[in-house]
Amino acid sequence: MLTRPPVKFIDRIARALPQIVVAPGFAAILYFVYGFIIWTGYISLTKSKMLPNYTLIGTRPYERLFQMDRWSVAIENLFIFGFLFVFVSVIVGCLLAVLLDQKIRAEGFIRTIYLYPMAISFIITGTAWKWIMNPSLGLEKVIRDWGWESFRFGWTVDNNLAIYALVMAAVWQASGFAMALFLSALRSVDQDIIKAASLDGASPWRIYLRIILPSMRPVFMSAMVILSHLAIKSFDLVVALTGGGPGYASTLPANFMYEMTFRRNEIAVGAASAMVMLATVAAIMVPYLYSELRGKKHV
Amino acid sequence: MKTFARALCGAVSMIAVTAAAPALAEPKAEVLHYWTSGGEAKAVQALQEAFAARGGEWVDAPVAGGGGDAQAAVLRARVLAGDPPAAVQIKGPNIQEWAEAGALGDLTAVATAQDWDKVLPEAIQNIVKYEGKYVAVPVNVHRVDWIWANPEVLAKVGAEVPTTWEEFNETADKLQAAGIIPLAHGGQPWQDATVFETVVLGIGGTDFYRKALVELDMDALGSDTMIAVFDQMRKMRGYVDPDFPGRDWNLATAMVMRGEAAMQIMGDWAKGEFAAAGKVPGVDYVCASTPSDNGYLLNSDSFAMFNVSGDDNVEGQAVLAELILGTEFQETFNLFKGSIPARTDVPRAEFDDCAIKSMDDMVAAAEGGTLLGSMAHEIAQAGAVRGAFIDVATAHFNSDMSSQDAVDQLVKAIKLAQ
Repeated sequence: MLTRPPVKFIDRIARALPQIVVAPGFAAILYFVYGFIIWTGYISLTKSKMLPNYTLIGTRPYERLFQMDRWSVAIENLFIFGFLFVFVSVIVGCLLAVLLDQKIRAEGFIRTIYLYPMAISFIITGTAWKWIMNPSLGLEKVIRDWGWESFRFGWTVDNNLAIYALVMAAVWQASGFAMALFLSALRSVDQDIIKAASLDGASPWRIYLRIILPSMRPVFMSAMVILSHLAIKSFDLVVALTGGGPGYASTLPANFMYEMTFRRNEIAVGAASAMVMLATVAAIMVPYLYSELRGKKHV
Repeated sequence: MKTFARALCGAVSMIAVTAAAPALAEPKAEVLHYWTSGGEAKAVQALQEAFAARGGEWVDAPVAGGGGDAQAAVLRARVLAGDPPAAVQIKGPNIQEWAEAGALGDLTAVATAQDWDKVLPEAIQNIVKYEGKYVAVPVNVHRVDWIWANPEVLAKVGAEVPTTWEEFNETADKLQAAGIIPLAHGGQPWQDATVFETVVLGIGGTDFYRKALVELDMDALGSDTMIAVFDQMRKMRGYVDPDFPGRDWNLATAMVMRGEAAMQIMGDWAKGEFAAAGKVPGVDYVCASTPSDNGYLLNSDSFAMFNVSGDDNVEGQAVLAELILGTEFQETFNLFKGSIPARTDVPRAEFDDCAIKSMDDMVAAAEGGTLLGSMAHEIAQAGAVRGAFIDVATAHFNSDMSSQDAVDQLVKAIKLAQ
């Protein structure tokens, strides 16, 4: 008679070990991320003012949100800032990567210089650029002192240009990161194909445009996703560089959310704006994840 | 930060328990405040010492930064967790909101014993009372509607500090023609709103200010007077230098000190900057109220007393309340802070000329019924409504919006915020 040996307790533990180890982290994420998303969604439908209040009043907070001039300015700014920030960073990063890929001297050193801004917090970037772009003590003053009297560089003090000042500082910070992503992708392109192409007489320009860049498509995708969620959650850069001003001309949705929730006793409206931001992120992330996961299955 | 503060509180109280185990209900108070810098920190230190001298145990819970935003977040969490601090630095309508939420204690016993009704102007009583009962203690009064001027610069164009808004505009035009910046200003929303409210007070008068900014009367908000206010704001925009956006208020004060600009409109915390630079009032700088019909815009800090349990805590609150409104502390604190006492019977010998003028004007305004709460500094309005005023004032000041559009937007924004 063959009897199955009893499963030892220790074996059972060993088998369940991965689940046990992952469980606390999983539970914490479930509670602190998804639990609070649901809580925020609920609060955005209540009449919460200074303290959370659980009386439902429907979509009134959303209606009020979309009637606020400050919110429409913030949303418009998000589109300007997000679009320019992502595209300029990708283009500048890509150009830098291609230039660095030309087997130049001291590449490691130069690469480090370009990558370092990423290691600085946005608060520092914002403060430094605030000084650089301040008309009475920054770049404008320097150039005027050199003799170009009519030179004007007052982006941070101009109602219509302040948002572009934010783009400039953010691009300065993030393009080095994009460069690093692209550089590693450039290096991982199969050298045999490139050699074959150059044997066939393709110019370097043509090789980049037709072979290397198309094969880097997934990297473009990740760079864009990473940069666009950076753009949507931008908060500290605005606080440090323009303070949302002049007026509230350069405010972003994250700043709006903070202002409503913590300064104006409008927790419901703040929560509503947070849900709209979440929906914006989801609109970008979900198609990306969907295409990624579906792609994996076919491979 | 919060957890650290709580850990610290825990540690402090543990030490206290082990050290003073046999003591009876010893007065004890945890004080949540955001006075962490310079003169303010010294002022709190003075209160702490006075409290200790009465045998009290002070648990300090400072939350630095954000002009009280960070503290507000801590306070909310503590109240929701059912563990509020004894005394919290909050002001204006926020006191009423917390009282409405049922979170504040009752100070009637101390108030009656100390006769607070006699020594506090009615406008201040209204701020710290809820349904006729004292729930908070006022610490000081800052006046908001001041002009800080450099007399030497004004003398260059043969002008004095203006006493009407027409005169203000004439003087400013002359200064501008002479190549001097007439108005030193920092373009931050709250500073724009500070100028805005003094203009409302000046152009519209005290009754109009009360109707529009305190009672939120829609007719007043949409009136021609309000259009005139925005017209004056547009003129003022022409009197500031082009680099003003984002500038901190103290840098604007420094422009007046250095003679780059002639005047600044700012509350009397600006005096601290002049004093720190060793300037003498009446000689190096002049303080004058902005033109109005004897109006007085006040900004008053106060400590609200929360519902606490335990005899030691209740006793601590009573002692603290008595000390805060005591003449001695009101004098020391306000000398450090540059404001004036909230009670009107404090000895004046130590105060400077600007403070004494402020005291006289406050008493006169209280008698004449022209003592009003500041909107920009969260006394007349707080939260959403104040935010709506600030949004429109700053949007108008920083763009080329017409006065009519500004008024329309103001009416819409205030309706939305109510």
